[in-house]
Amino acid sequence: MSDAAAPSLPDKKDASSKGFASTLARLGRYTLVRVITLLIAVVVGVYLTILIANMGGYVDEIRKGEIREAVQMRVLTDQTLRVLPAEERAKRQAEMIRLEEKRLGLDRPFAVRTLDFLTDALTLNLGRAQQLTSASGSRQVRLILLERLPTTLALFGTVNLILFFVEIFIALSLSRKYGSFWDKFFVAMSPTSSAPGWFYGIFLILIFAALLRWLPYGGMVDTPPPSDKLLYLLSVLKHMILPALAITLSATFLSVYNWRTFFLIYSSEDYVDVAKAKGLSPRDIERRYILRPTLPNIITAFAFFLIGSWTGAPIFETVFMWPGLGRTLYQAVGHYDTPVILGSTVIFAYLLAITVFLLDFLYALVDPRVKLGG
Amino acid sequence: MKRLAGTLKELFHYPSAVAGGAIILLLVAVSIYAPIAIPYSQAISLWRGSEEDWYRNPRMAAPAWINWFRKEKLAEAFTLSTIDGTAEKEVTQSGEIATTTVLFSFDYQADVFPAEMILYFKSVYAVKQPFVHVYWYTPDGREIRIGDFSIGPKQSLWFSQIEDSKFKRRIGGLNALEGLLVDDPKSETRKLQKGQYQLKVSVDTFEPDSTVDVEFVLQGQVYGWAGTDHLRRDLGIALLWGTPVALAFGLVASLATTVAHMAIAAAGVWFGGWLDELIQRITEIFLVLPFLPILIMIGTFYSRSIVVIFTAVILLSLFGSSIKGLRATFLQIKEAPYIEAARSYGAGSWRIIFVYMIPRLIPLLVPALVAAIPGYVFLEASLAVLGLGDPSLPTWGKVINEASGNGALYKGLYYWVLEPSIMLMIAGIAFALVGFALDRIFNPRLRGV
Repeated sequence: MSDAAAPSLPDKKDASSKGFASTLARLGRYTLVRVITLLIAVVVGVYLTILIANMGGYVDEIRKGEIREAVQMRVLTDQTLRVLPAEERAKRQAEMIRLEEKRLGLDRPFAVRTLDFLTDALTLNLGRAQQLTSASGSRQVRLILLERLPTTLALFGTVNLILFFVEIFIALSLSRKYGSFWDKFFVAMSPTSSAPGWFYGIFLILIFAALLRWLPYGGMVDTPPPSDKLLYLLSVLKHMILPALAITLSATFLSVYNWRTFFLIYSSEDYVDVAKAKGLSPRDIERRYILRPTLPNIITAFAFFLIGSWTGAPIFETVFMWPGLGRTLYQAVGHYDTPVILGSTVIFAYLLAITVFLLDFLYALVDPRVKLGG
Repeated sequence: MKRLAGTLKELFHYPSAVAGGAIILLLVAVSIYAPIAIPYSQAISLWRGSEEDWYRNPRMAAPAWINWFRKEKLAEAFTLSTIDGTAEKEVTQSGEIATTTVLFSFDYQADVFPAEMILYFKSVYAVKQPFVHVYWYTPDGREIRIGDFSIGPKQSLWFSQIEDSKFKRRIGGLNALEGLLVDDPKSETRKLQKGQYQLKVSVDTFEPDSTVDVEFVLQGQVYGWAGTDHLRRDLGIALLWGTPVALAFGLVASLATTVAHMAIAAAGVWFGGWLDELIQRITEIFLVLPFLPILIMIGTFYSRSIVVIFTAVILLSLFGSSIKGLRATFLQIKEAPYIEAARSYGAGSWRIIFVYMIPRLIPLLVPALVAAIPGYVFLEASLAVLGLGDPSLPTWGKVINEASGNGALYKGLYYWVLEPSIMLMIAGIAFALVGFALDRIFNPRLRGV
């Protein structure tokens, strides 16, 4: 907030083609640096995930123990091996254990194998699930997760994007009518945003599903799903009402309060007064002198909110039984399905990185300091 | 100190902050009361307790206060026992045979029949089993003979299960729970009779050392101030004990992370160079770390103990996004003349950071700290709702988790979900209210708006 730049935007007519090229180059360089840092961040994040999921090698000890046991059982029950002397049998058994460990790559040091896991995870070569399957019956973790990703994106993406514009609109109109009833209302309600979306979800389900029976408890479509495309869409929309309302309740008041405050602070700057004195229309003042300089702040705030809502997806989707990525993670936890847990965490890391990158890029587009190299 | 008093005074100008502060004080009082009323070990053993601890309670009973909002009053559960002295034993001796008579007397004022009535017998004998006669006296003075039977060392009689044909005839073939409480079992227009009921249990024992204890349990549809769950546990324990757990988690996590963010940002700005660069890059990495999924993994693979989860939360929030904002402010402070002065008299780097730089940011620190508390309180609840709560501690989130796991919303057992949720909301909003007010007091730019 304190490091926001003064809106010394050059007039578009003044910008020569040379200036435009240098802006583009700066933008390109900025983008490249961001991509590289974010990639490093993803790699580190995924590596940490792998270390945690393997308990620093402890899982391998369990797996080695399992192999030993399985081989011993096989040797004991194998009639052809029974005729061999005990010594020979023990040798065979040791050999079988060694081969099995080699097949699974357990003979190499843990640190080396984590690098293999890392490349697998980063290239989305996520292996096979132990319990869960995709809708088509596949056990490929990648297929399971890619199948669930669109539903998560559809829910959080649409709702957050619509909210973003609605919130800016409300915040602007509130800052215009500072001190009005609605302004006070939003300020008074802003502490309620301390509760996360799933929490409001419980109340909404209680009221609209359990008590009034107007809307479904959860899920994404009716069972059985309507065969008609339009009816299917309507059914999905009906199921989206409560989740969307829950996100709205938990997000709107605080965001509107924050942004209205930004707008108010910036509208008391001297250059706004100058613009007013020049006789510019309120609309122009709002757009060019208030909205423009606050936009970087707003985008940053939105980025953090979006990140928060991505990370909160496991619980949010569980409460609403929304068949997305988060619920898959929750189900995988219930089944101790390690590959799926790891895979979802990796996808979440990617999702976060992409979100951060897109918003960074947007930030670069609107922030004059990046654009002008200030 | 003077400044603190000034802040407090200013807080009183905000009604919302006063309300929030009052709620926080109340929650703190509950947090102090909970461990005194139910010591930690007792709370845990009760919460993990088996049927043995809870058999007297009805299953999934609503809290008693819902009767205030109902026209048709539900029956409240109660227990009368010779073990804890809520019922009197009277022993008369006639030769070899000693007769223990227990008279259970209670006022029944509910508008519905009880959910269950149970007699529990505990007896000590060597060879000869004690013999029991059970009689029921209605408010209008009728005597109904329930049955005569011999009992083992531990025996129970569930009234709804009595199928004795003679007894059934006496109450018009109705179920005992209904037949014993209506004015005229044989009439079509029978209705529930309110008033003073008596249950007489007389036990004949045939050995000199033989003793017997009787317990009468009436299970209603409501229980206590908080109700019970599917394991007959009193939800009051979890609601009480959830308070200190939630407050401690929120406060300590918020304090630890806010101070850590301060220290990291200050160190980065002061030392500058590669350290500053490194801190900024690490902050970016932490931004991309999937926080909740990693916590879920830790809960699944390592331990669900609150200490482990707490440590993980702190570690994962160590390089939070607020470092960026703090860094910008510290950059301004670093150039301040008084820092220059401190440097010139030879103060060490850490002394400058902790004694001169961080205190300057207390106006930013305090509101941020208070405002961060609800987030951590809800985080603890979120993990519990996902089934990753501490296995032994009774917390609000765990109650929500168990309620939704047992379909409380489908079955209409709203109290089960609402009670812990409302506690969570009260705690969260109280801290948020105070945090917002503090933010306005300490942040002069917000003052006018």
